[in-house]
Amino acid sequence: MSLSADDVRKMARLSRLLISDADAAATLNALNNTLALVERMAAVDTRGVEPMAHAQDVALRLRPDAVTEADAREALMANAPAAERGLFLVPKVIE
Amino acid sequence: MSRPNGWEVVIGLETHVQLSTVSKIFSGASTAFGAEPNRQACAVDMALPGVLPVMNEGAVDRAIAFGLAIGAHVAPRSVFARKNYFYPDLPKGYQISQFEIPVVQGGTITIQVGEGDKAYAKQVELTRAHLEEDAGKSLHEDFHGMSGIDLNRAGTPLLEIVTEPVMTSSAEAVAYARALHALVMWIGICDGNMQEGSFRCDANVSVRRPGEPLGTRREIKNLNSFRFLQQAIDYEIRWQIEQIEDGHTIQQATVLFDPDTGETRMMRSKEDAHDYRYFPDPDLPPLVIEPARIERVKASLPELPAAMQARFAADFGLSAYDAAQLTSSLETARYFEAVVAAAGPAQAKPAANWVMGEVAARLNREEKSIAASPVSSAQLAGVLARVADNTISNTIARKVFEALWNGEGESADAIIEAQGLKQVTDASAIEPIIDEVLAANPQSVAEFKAGKEKAFNALVGQVMKASRGKASPAQVNELLKKKLGA
Amino acid sequence: MRGTVASLAAELAAGSVSAVELATEALARAQASPLNAFITLDPERTLAEARAADALRAAGQAGPLTGIPIAQKDIFCAEGWRTTAGSKMLGNFVAPYDATVVARGKAAGLVTIGRANMDEFAMGSTNENSAFGPVHNPWDITRVPGGSSGGSAAAVAAGIVPAATGTDTGGSIRQPAGFCGITGIKPTYGVVSRYGMIAYASSLDQGGPMARTAQDCAMLLNAMAGFDARDATSLPRDAEDYTRDLDRPLDGLRVGVPRGWLADGVSADVRAAVEAGIVQLETLGAKRVEVDLPHAQYAIAAYYVIAPAEASSNLSRYDGVRYGHRAADYTDLAEMYARSRSEGFGAEVQRRILVGTYVLSAGYYDAYYLKAQQVRRRIADDFAAAFAQCDIIAGPIAPTVAYKLGEKTADPVQMYLGDVYTTLVNLAGLPALSLPCGFGEGGMPVGLQLIGGAFSEARLLNVAHRFQQATDHHLQTPGGAA
Repeated sequence: MSLSADDVRKMARLSRLLISDADAAATLNALNNTLALVERMAAVDTRGVEPMAHAQDVALRLRPDAVTEADAREALMANAPAAERGLFLVPKVIE
Repeated sequence: MSRPNGWEVVIGLETHVQLSTVSKIFSGASTAFGAEPNRQACAVDMALPGVLPVMNEGAVDRAIAFGLAIGAHVAPRSVFARKNYFYPDLPKGYQISQFEIPVVQGGTITIQVGEGDKAYAKQVELTRAHLEEDAGKSLHEDFHGMSGIDLNRAGTPLLEIVTEPVMTSSAEAVAYARALHALVMWIGICDGNMQEGSFRCDANVSVRRPGEPLGTRREIKNLNSFRFLQQAIDYEIRWQIEQIEDGHTIQQATVLFDPDTGETRMMRSKEDAHDYRYFPDPDLPPLVIEPARIERVKASLPELPAAMQARFAADFGLSAYDAAQLTSSLETARYFEAVVAAAGPAQAKPAANWVMGEVAARLNREEKSIAASPVSSAQLAGVLARVADNTISNTIARKVFEALWNGEGESADAIIEAQGLKQVTDASAIEPIIDEVLAANPQSVAEFKAGKEKAFNALVGQVMKASRGKASPAQVNELLKKKLGA
Repeated sequence: MRGTVASLAAELAAGSVSAVELATEALARAQASPLNAFITLDPERTLAEARAADALRAAGQAGPLTGIPIAQKDIFCAEGWRTTAGSKMLGNFVAPYDATVVARGKAAGLVTIGRANMDEFAMGSTNENSAFGPVHNPWDITRVPGGSSGGSAAAVAAGIVPAATGTDTGGSIRQPAGFCGITGIKPTYGVVSRYGMIAYASSLDQGGPMARTAQDCAMLLNAMAGFDARDATSLPRDAEDYTRDLDRPLDGLRVGVPRGWLADGVSADVRAAVEAGIVQLETLGAKRVEVDLPHAQYAIAAYYVIAPAEASSNLSRYDGVRYGHRAADYTDLAEMYARSRSEGFGAEVQRRILVGTYVLSAGYYDAYYLKAQQVRRRIADDFAAAFAQCDIIAGPIAPTVAYKLGEKTADPVQMYLGDVYTTLVNLAGLPALSLPCGFGEGGMPVGLQLIGGAFSEARLLNVAHRFQQATDHHLQTPGGAA
């Protein structure tokens, strides 16, 4: 399968990246080369093979329902690019 | 609602129920409502680099409780997935949810729709219920043209409960939402506080001509009151029918309801075609629920409303309507049961009338919950007992209830004693009163003798009044008839 | 410094040197080094840690590692330290909390000399993807140190520090260890906590130690490993002493060599050194057996689907809202996101995000992501079958010695192909280490890879230790013998 420039634009939009026109061709080429590499796995017979999502076959560990985290707002927000009155500020959100 | 002629309405609901855990689904931060912004958002909730989610057992148990309550399949193995999209109130850029394999599968909820002759019951089939995390909030008040992001709500556990598209009117949708609301509070998995967003409905609405395939649906997001749910659906139905009748086609869309205008409008943030790229969350192994855990949750569940309604009908001979009213909440049902336990099963019907009538009205007026009722179940049972043994009439009983409400005495007996409210059943005490009343009301006596039945009732009333309500109404009737030679 | 962790620990215990002295020397070497092995040095913070270590010792509370200087890969959040993950995106990010690995290191008395350079978000095999410039290989500064833990490997190989932390998602500990002639171990997935370790591909990432010797790695792993309730994939196991089997004889050890691994795919110099390494193991009593890993050849393909898929999601949190780079110019929210991310992420990171987005997107999920997960299962099954016939597997780390700087940057796929012997181990979640086994083209070190079954770290370290007792490759340094 080969990607089109449109596909790349769509992926860029979904992943909130800007691809400049200057980079578009190189990016498209690199992605197609990568896909050509990964498509080698099509040769593997995987009929009936259970997909492996985790490295260990374990069940989810559950923690007790208890409050263990104290307020640390000032420290946790110290890296915020824009904040005011304890809120992170972003350009206006339109619902 | 007015049923649109020649159109069928199809509604499915997705309800986001905030689970009543003390801590968040994947972090140890508090879920309490109303804290200052971001004071209950820990490193995990803020999605700082490197943090990881750890699952809260309380959320799992609540999901199991819900599954058991609706007769659903509780999946022995379910999977958390990432739903990827960008939004400022979604700190990780993905929501941890369940996609392919949800924890609760299937189940039904029986709803009572309408009242009186038009009332009917309906079974609403559920598709699934899955665990996920709530998002934060965008505050739209103006910060120099910016929005503020508060992540206190981020990570609050949600159970998203999805019905099949089986409801056919806003009335059914509201009846379902009310039944679900009552149920989640009944089994103690949600505080039910709709103002605080603990219970939020999305309605998928479409219309079609009978016999045609399903129409294109529009989803109304975030309805947080039953009234808005009804208004929004009714508006949406009218709007869709008008569109089609005007020759337009319905486009799939996500809309918001504006309570001020009573209209729905497209959400701008949803205009983009989404591709959520769900995949199993590599940070969370599969949720495995052992039978022992299900048994433990089952043992902790209260008797469910449907079972209790059947029992009330069978044991106490209550009507389906009464039984449903008394099980509108677990507190009401428990109160009623406590009254009957103290007063005896013979008092079940009067107890039901009191709980649904006087008690409910009084609580309603003072905006109190039944758990906070000033008149305890034991006190109410005391009132019923005195009515049953003719110590007081129903009229006096209301007076005693009022006195108990106002804290004028510890028990019905104490108030009856202190305020001299004991019913007079001694004929020798009642007869002089009757004589006085007859003497003072010759007009009524004459009218009665002329055949006017109403005049008799007026005379009974006068006697009761003169006895300050203490005379036994039955005895007054009997003695009066004798005196008048009727 | 030409000491090992073990020798310095002995000196510290004897009182012949202090933590502050070691830290001061290490800082001086770091500052003088032309290798660009560190992104951040913070001498005051380092010396404060060293003083605390000396105080602990004075109070009689020192552990075996108290006062040992290390380089911390800049991927582990450490409270008060700038933590960049090699990215402009986090160029100003000061972590407000400690990763579990950092907290455990502090508790053990390790002293952080600085934050080691790395490929951005651990994506790379040459350290050329760092926003803070490439790291140079101390054996030949025109060559790369490998990646992504390139700064860690270079700092140890150059003798700036005796040890470092690394992370390994597809070879990022083992390959730079091999390229720089040091020893590094990637533990079994779930043995070292990932909490506070900035995620690249969550189901593959695993932290581990890098040092001159296997013995040092074992001592460090004792401090790093252990159950962590903050990581749902951390395995609740009893604590292990990874030094316990170091001296165990290798008699009867069955060393599996995968069929085809020492054929045309590796350069002659690497093949010769790895062969010699296997022969050395036989000399020590091991028995060589051939094993089959029939799906190993598809590991790179599966890896370059799974890792970008997870990465595309893991890196969505870098949106310029709560921390990290925010573009200066934007007109609305959508533009703020896109500009901040495009400015903050380097080219390779953006490529992997795009690939990951694509393989998860509607219509392609089954053909790519699901297929890759199935191939992953086949690879794990291959290992299970192989370990029925052998105790450990031996082979190369990479097809060649360290590349020249710039050699692989033009074509990312050429760089990916170098991961052929490492990614399969991460896919299967197994432990593996790299140890020096000789020298190849240009006098560059060659690494020997040892792979074991789950939780066989102590055995792998034992084999490597016995090997190092009998050889001196690990004692060679860029400047000559130690």
